[in-house]
This record gives sequence, C-alpha cells and structure tokens, in this order.
Amino acid sequence: MALVAPVGLTHFLLLGTALFCLGLYGVFVKRNAIALLMGIELMLNAVNINLIAFNKFIAPANFTGQVFSIFVIVVAAAEVAVGLALVISIYRDRATTSVDDLDWLKW
Amino acid sequence: MDFALFSLNNAWLIPLLPFLAFVLIAFAFKNMEKTASTTAILFCGVSFLLALGVVAGVLQHPELIEHPFVKEARWFSMPGLSITMGQYIDPISAMMLFVVTLVATMVMIYSTGYMQGDPGYSRFFAYLSLFACSMLGLVIATNLLQMFIFWELVGLCSYLLIGYYYFKDSAREAAKKAFMTTRIGDFGLLLGIMFLQINFGTLEFTELADKLPAFAVAHPGLLTIIGILVFIGPIGKSGQFPLHVWLPDAMEGPSPVSALIHAATMVVAGVYLVARSFTLFQVAPEAQHFVAYIGGFTAFFAASIALTQREMKRILAYSTVSQLGYMMMALGVGSLTASMFHLMTHAFFKALMFLAAGSALHALHGTADIFEMGGLRKKMPWTAAFMVIGTLAIAGIPPFAGFWSKDEILLMTKLHGFTGLYVLASLTAFMTAFYMSRMVFVAFFGKENPHNHPHESPWNMLLPMSVLAVLAVVGGLVGTPWTEHGFGYYVRYGELHHAEVDWSVMGGSVVLAVGGISLAWAIYGAKLIDNEKLAQRAGFLYTLSYRKFFIDEIYQWINKVIVDGTGRVLYWVDIHIVDGFIDGLADSTGWAGRTLRRVQTGQVQHYAMIFFFTVVLVAVIMGLMGNHSAMALIGGGK
Repeated sequence: MALVAPVGLTHFLLLGTALFCLGLYGVFVKRNAIALLMGIELMLNAVNINLIAFNKFIAPANFTGQVFSIFVIVVAAAEVAVGLALVISIYRDRATTSVDDLDWLKW
Repeated sequence: MDFALFSLNNAWLIPLLPFLAFVLIAFAFKNMEKTASTTAILFCGVSFLLALGVVAGVLQHPELIEHPFVKEARWFSMPGLSITMGQYIDPISAMMLFVVTLVATMVMIYSTGYMQGDPGYSRFFAYLSLFACSMLGLVIATNLLQMFIFWELVGLCSYLLIGYYYFKDSAREAAKKAFMTTRIGDFGLLLGIMFLQINFGTLEFTELADKLPAFAVAHPGLLTIIGILVFIGPIGKSGQFPLHVWLPDAMEGPSPVSALIHAATMVVAGVYLVARSFTLFQVAPEAQHFVAYIGGFTAFFAASIALTQREMKRILAYSTVSQLGYMMMALGVGSLTASMFHLMTHAFFKALMFLAAGSALHALHGTADIFEMGGLRKKMPWTAAFMVIGTLAIAGIPPFAGFWSKDEILLMTKLHGFTGLYVLASLTAFMTAFYMSRMVFVAFFGKENPHNHPHESPWNMLLPMSVLAVLAVVGGLVGTPWTEHGFGYYVRYGELHHAEVDWSVMGGSVVLAVGGISLAWAIYGAKLIDNEKLAQRAGFLYTLSYRKFFIDEIYQWINKVIVDGTGRVLYWVDIHIVDGFIDGLADSTGWAGRTLRRVQTGQVQHYAMIFFFTVVLVAVIMGLMGNHSAMALIGGGK
C-alpha cells in the first residue's frame, strides 16, 4: 500500500458531502435571504462535484456527468438571477431581507 | 230528457255546486253578507233538488241496487295504478245525497238567523258550503282514493268550523283535538287502502266487490287485518270508542255546525265508509264482528256518560256517539239496511235537536247548563215542541222516525244471533230514553229561572226546524215492516229478505223507551225522587259517568308520561348521540385543520427542514428494508 493513497472517488464524495452539509447548514440557520441563496449555491456545487466524480470514476467514456453539471450551473445561474430580483423587490417594498419576516404566504 | 234522468247523469254537479258557492263567497262576496248567505243557500238548494232527482231516478230504476250507475273519468294513471274520479250512484248514495243536501240547506237557512251580526258571517257560509261539498264528494266517490280525499276535506272543514271562534282558547283546543284524534284513525284507513291497492291493484268499489270473494278464500287472515285497518278510520271519524273524545269537545263550534257535523257530514262519513266497503266486511267475518262489538260497546258506553252530563249540547253529543254506535253495530251484524235507515232518521231528528238546542242557547246567550235553564217551554213554545219531537224520535216512541230504525237494528241484531249485543242495545235504548227526557224535563219544563229572559227565535230559524220536525215524525214510515217497496226494498245488500214482524222486539223496545221516559219524569219532572240524593247514593258510578270514565284523563296521562317521556328520551338521544356524533366529526376535522395549519408557517426554512428530514426518513427506511420493499411502501415502484 502506498504511503500516500491516490485521490479516489471516496474523497470526492466526502468533499461533496461536506460542502452539501455546509450549504444545508447555511440554508437552515441564516436569516438573510442572500445568505440563503449562497447556501443553495454551495449545495448545488456539492452535487456538481458528485456528478463529475461519478463521471470520471465510473463511466469515463461518456460525458454525461459533465453535461449534467453544466445544466445545473445554468439553471442555478438563472435561479439566482430570479431569486436576487425577488429579494431586491422585497427589500424595496418592506425594507428587509430577513426570511423570518417573509411569511406572508402562509395560510 | 226528464229531470230524474238528468240528475242521475249529472250527479257530479251535486258536490260541485256547493264548491262553486264556496269559491264565490271566499273570493267575491267576502264583504257582502246578504249575498254570501243567499249564494250558499241557493247553490245548496239546487243541489238538494238534483238529489231529489237522483232519488227519483233510483226509485224508477231498482236495478241500480245490483248494478250501480258509475260514471267516471280517468284522473291519472301509471303502471299498476289507475285512479279515476267520478260518481257512483246506487240507492245508498242517493239516500245520502238527499239527507246531506237537505240537512245542509236547512242548517244554512237556520244560520242566517243564528249567525246574524257575527263578524265572520260570510266566512261561516263559505265553510259550510265547503263542508257540504266535501261530504257530497265523499258520498258519490267511485273509489277509495277519491273517498279518502274528500274524507280528509271533511276533516279539514270540521277543523275550520269547530275552531270557528278562533279567538277562544277552548275552541282552538277543540279544533286541534278533533283534527288530531281523527287523524289517528285516518292513518289506519290509509294503511288499509294501501293494503287493498297492493293486493287487488284497484280501489274501485265495483272491481273490489268482484275480486274480494276469491281473495277471502285464499287469505282470510290478511283480509281481516285490512278490514280492521279500514275500520280504524271510521272509529276516528264517527267517534267510536276509544277515539270518541273529540266529538263532545266539538261543541265549541257554533250550534248549526254541530247539527251539520252530527247529523249529515263528519260523523256519518265513517258509517257511510263502512257501508260502502260492506263487501269487504261481508267476506271478513272477524273484522265484521269487530265492527259490531265496537259499535255495540260504543252505543252503551256513550249512553252511560250522557246520563249525568249537564251541558245540553254535550248530552246531544254523547247521544250522537251512542247512535253512531248503533249504526256500526247494525253494519257489524250484517244489516246494511238497518244501519242506513237509522242513519237517515237520525240525521233528521239529531239535526232537529241540535238546531233546537242552538235556538235555546241563542235565546239564553250561551248558558249551556241545563240546570240553569228551566221552564223554557213557556217563552219558547216552538223550540220546546221541536225538542220534544226530537226526543220522542230518538227515544224510540212509535210512530216517530227513530222507533222504526232502532227497532230494525234491534231486530237484526237478535235475528243474526248476537244476543249479548241485543241486550246491550236494549239497555242503551232505555238509557237513551232516560237521558234525553231528563234534558227535556229539566231544561224546558220545571221551574223557570228568573235570571233568564229567553225569547222565541225568528222565523228563519224556526222554518228549517219545522221541516226537520216533520221528517222526524214521518221519516221512519218509509221503513216500517209493512211497506212492500219501502226503504229496505231499495237500500240493501244482497238478497231482499222480509223479516217477520217480531212483536216481542217491538213491544220490548217501546216498553223500555216508555220506562226510560217515565223514570226521567219521576226524577226530574215530578221530583218523586231527589236527583241530588240519587247522585250521592250512586257516588262512584255517578262520578265515573260524569267524568266520562276518565278517558280524557287517561289520554292526558298517556300523553304526559308515555309520549312526552319517550319524546324526552329521544330528544336526549338526538342531542347527545346523533348530534354528538356529527358534532364530534365536525370538531375533529376542525381540530385537524387547526393543527395542520400550524405546519404552514410561511417560513422558508421550516419547509426546507421538513423536506430535508423527510428525505432522511425515506433514506433510512430504504436502508433498513432494502430497496425493493421500501419502494413498495412509499408507493413508487413494484
């Protein structure tokens, strides 16, 4: 066994999991809507790492994982654009971006 | 075309005319009193003429006994049910048409005097016309459904007229009592009618008569039940025991109404219905015996109550109940002729007596207690004479009308072997003679009451009474045993049979009648026996009779304890069990909604949390159960 093990699928998956948990944590505890969006970005990136790692280690002949991750990035960009627009609009209206106050859709 | 034939063909006009009078009065002549009463009398009078024509037609065509003259039009039909409306003319209905139109016309003429100055004058005549129409429609009914419709209309009219003085509490109560008590009977009748329709597929009298004998052989028990159910209707309407309680209370209506109800309409409707469905009872002997015993008992029972009553109209009311019992008994022992004969003569003298009583009450401004009247003979000679004629007729003194018909009933009861009923009926005859003459001796003879200032009634009240008085005297002669083509020749069912004149029955009933009158004379006329002391001596019996055997109290008790008690229990069940269940259901959905509402906080992070932990939960489940079964559990795959 080599002293330094080569970087394998497991490491990437661990990194992805760690990133996902960080993002999830951010989404759960942050009060600022923009910080929330940032948390979501982290989670999406964790997913992207998984996709590319699987592509590289499981089916290197295809580019399925890469294509998927590009789709995810595009959709995420679009989502953030909409999300930021909403946040700005809400801020103009209510002078707040704290998600605790954004509960007008309930009931 | 001669008048008799025209009347036979257009007998349906007879009920229609009073109905037209009712419509005219109710909608056009409301505020024209004179016109209203004239219309009512005129239309009813024309009906009377037509009825005379029908009678003449029936006399010319004796074959109508076996083959009634039926004219009908289809009202509606559907598979298994075809209902017609029309006219059914045979000697029985012809006799009834004659009696009803006659009494109704007389009562209307009388009412122009009796109701003078009453604020509801026009309304009264409208009701009377409708009453006459309902009864006449019932009389000519061709089937049981048509009969039932008019039967209910008669009930409605009696309700309206008994409660005519609607501003009086007692009148309202009496009207309600009459309506509800008879309604109990109507329910039985309706059940009987439905049974007939289901079993025979028709309600036509003629078709029923054809189909009944064969059915009687196959299902005698069922037929008995049907017969008794049908008879429950007449028990209510004709005031037979135990549904007689409404009839004496019905005195709350104006006196002419009492005359009409007691003589020609409401109460005789029951007798007439039994007579109409006589074929049914003929083939169901048990049901027929039931009729006989109920009738006989009612006759005796009501007479024993009448012995001690103090109000004039109440005495008359109980005598009506008693006489109706006679008629039922006659039907029960199998003599249609005797019953119809007594119905006719009773209509004459009972209407006469009620009108005379009304005349007396009118003169005394409503004093009802006979012991407060006294000596009316001097101030009201005509009224007194009419009342005496009526009393002699009902007591059964020859040759007055009541003697012949009552004698016929007694004779038939004895001939058909109902010895017990014969004895009971004879005793009743004795009591009838006694209590009726008690009323006459106390109210019309005896000492004058100085507080009263009676005056004789006007001519328009005396005239109808005199007509009825003549009939009360000679009306029975059409049915004497010596008339070859008399009443029994036309009004009968089945073979014509001539009973021998039974002198023992005839003599016995005369002796009993004279005995009753003499006893009344001894106590109340000559005061040979002190009536107060007699009442004390027979204390228990006196109370029992005076308080009407506590039947009303028993009903009150049943009402209070059983009906109200059941009502309370059912109310509790309704509130706590039924409503409780439904309310609980509603509450639990409400609670679920309120609880689930909390899930929707509107907080983005809460939703994210729920989503996340659900995913975790699914993952755990999948991990524990293995992929395949977990998918099945969640519902995703197969």
